[in-house]
Amino acid sequence: MTSKDANLILEISDLHASVEGQKILKGVNLKIHAGEIHAIMGRNGSGKSTLSKVIAGHPSYKVNSGSIKYLNKNLIDIEPEERARLGVFLGFQYPVEIPGVSNLEFLRVATNARRQNRGEDELDTFEFEDLVHERIKLVQMNPSFLERSVNEGFSGGEKKRNEILQMALLEPTLAILDETDSGLDIDALRVIASGVKQLAQPDTATILITHYQRLLNEITPDYVHVMSEGKILHTGRKELAIELEKSGYDWLNNSKDLMEEN
Amino acid sequence: MAPCQQWLETLPSPSGVLEEIQRNGRDAIFKQEFPFKALEEWRLTDLNRLEDVLKLPIATETSNQNLLKTNKWPEKQKCGFRIVLHPNCQPYNSLDLPPGLRVLTIDEIHKNIGNTLGLLNVNNDWPIRINEAATHQLLALKVEGRNVPPIELIMPAQTGEFVPTRVIILLEEQSKLELLQIALGSGNSTHSHILEIHLAKEAELEHGLIACGNGEASCMANLAIMQKNSSHYSLTSIQEGWNFSRFEPRILQIDGHATTTLKGLQVSDHNQQVATHSLVRFSGPDGNLDQLHKAVSKDKSHSIFNGLIEVPKIAQGTNAKQLSRNLLLSKSARIDTKPQLEIVADNVQCSHGATVSQLQEEELFYLCSRGISLNQSTSLLLKGYFQEIISHLPAEANRWEILDNLLGKQG
Repeated sequence: MTSKDANLILEISDLHASVEGQKILKGVNLKIHAGEIHAIMGRNGSGKSTLSKVIAGHPSYKVNSGSIKYLNKNLIDIEPEERARLGVFLGFQYPVEIPGVSNLEFLRVATNARRQNRGEDELDTFEFEDLVHERIKLVQMNPSFLERSVNEGFSGGEKKRNEILQMALLEPTLAILDETDSGLDIDALRVIASGVKQLAQPDTATILITHYQRLLNEITPDYVHVMSEGKILHTGRKELAIELEKSGYDWLNNSKDLMEEN
Repeated sequence: MAPCQQWLETLPSPSGVLEEIQRNGRDAIFKQEFPFKALEEWRLTDLNRLEDVLKLPIATETSNQNLLKTNKWPEKQKCGFRIVLHPNCQPYNSLDLPPGLRVLTIDEIHKNIGNTLGLLNVNNDWPIRINEAATHQLLALKVEGRNVPPIELIMPAQTGEFVPTRVIILLEEQSKLELLQIALGSGNSTHSHILEIHLAKEAELEHGLIACGNGEASCMANLAIMQKNSSHYSLTSIQEGWNFSRFEPRILQIDGHATTTLKGLQVSDHNQQVATHSLVRFSGPDGNLDQLHKAVSKDKSHSIFNGLIEVPKIAQGTNAKQLSRNLLLSKSARIDTKPQLEIVADNVQCSHGATVSQLQEEELFYLCSRGISLNQSTSLLLKGYFQEIISHLPAEANRWEILDNLLGKQG
């Protein structure tokens, strides 16, 4: 568990955001301290993925009002690449395939961009290969996937392993994992969960966006938030996720509806 | 006086092995009208730039000597054989050729030259006639056997000149060749080039063509390829950096039962105009074609692709696919693409298509979200886009650092 004095890593205040003119986030408030793992759950369309993309700086999403403070910096005015260099990492729900771009080269360029920001020397090809072969063990990924184009022809599970490999190389301060558990079989889920747990450090913070309790069986969150209609409606501990799994989201929203359904 | 007639007056007297062809070319140009917009094949062409190429003097022997000192090329491959095309100055029959290669005899030249152009009905095309009118010398080679070293054919940059060159290569039955052509351009200059290749039965040719221009340079390159049955022809072409470029690869599968692979990439920037007009004609059954043409158009440039595939009734069992993929990187850039299938045969598998798009926002965001700058992300995506074509070039093409060149110019 976390100390009350732990550093504040992320503070989102009354955040409103839209995409293509449609308002999605309607007043999100969230505080995350170092060492904490937060889970965000909610129905499809409740705004979970939008929140993750707004934090990462996707250009299609417009922040209408509110603030996102990361290590006391206002993130909203910072370009996505700079946010990443500062230690914000988004694990994508649907990682894109990029034909013709070598996965190994992509990982090396990304790692060096982060290292440069931390004042560390860039790694040459040989040094990077040593590092990547060490980190790849964490996600038990076949090294042959390094030689392919980024995510091209990867199975759903391999794409998610590749995301966590990137997290392992970039060593983010704030990791947001958007439905990293979707499309994984139970063995792959355990491997990925184990990787995420090892990467979560006392000075980092993790947001897990998920629909299912099964990921939270592997990684125990400090807080569970439920989003609905662009807001965080409820916050609780691990037990909230267990109850949601059992009773569904209506249990939270409307006891009358719940009774009628029962 | 019309620009062609004026230009004809500047040409030296006909001479050399191509004397008769020169006379015919000049007669044809004298009688022909200068290309005009009502002709479909010239509809999109900037005719002012075409007219400009005729204002340049024909390359001379003196300038050829100068160019060899000024061009910096990578060292040739140890096992390969390099030929530099010297326009109008020196017969090629003195070349010290490696085993498996020999110069054609005069009889062989007269028996073969122009045949494929005739069979393709393009022998009276304006760019062909212009080249014929101006070219004195011919590189004419015969390939025998399968152990011929890779050939590198260089067409050097010659600032301020019109550089006409012509080559014919015959591959005998079951022979095999790897040919890498490099055309370089700089300053206000023009390459006019014809390459005819005959592949006999079961012959194989892996052909790379890298055409890199600079400044005001122009290039008009014509390929005429004739394939006999069971032959394999693979062409990978790159065009970039030309103020004006018109590349016309034409392939005739004369008996069918042959395989053709065409991979093309053209990149235009500034206010350049770069065009590819390809033709593949199946004159027999069971032929195969796999064609992918890519274009990137930037700034105020204009990219043109016309790809015609002809499948007459005799070409039953043809299997042909053609795809034109285009990236438009600026609001002021223009892309015209026209994949075209003319099918009369009823038992064939043919497909064609074209896409025009910008760099994918989701791909760019994915790379940026890993800390990679927008410029570097754009470069990575373009590299991936180029790589799909470049990876098909013959291995020795790497020494020319084409990818670095393309990415450098893309910025």
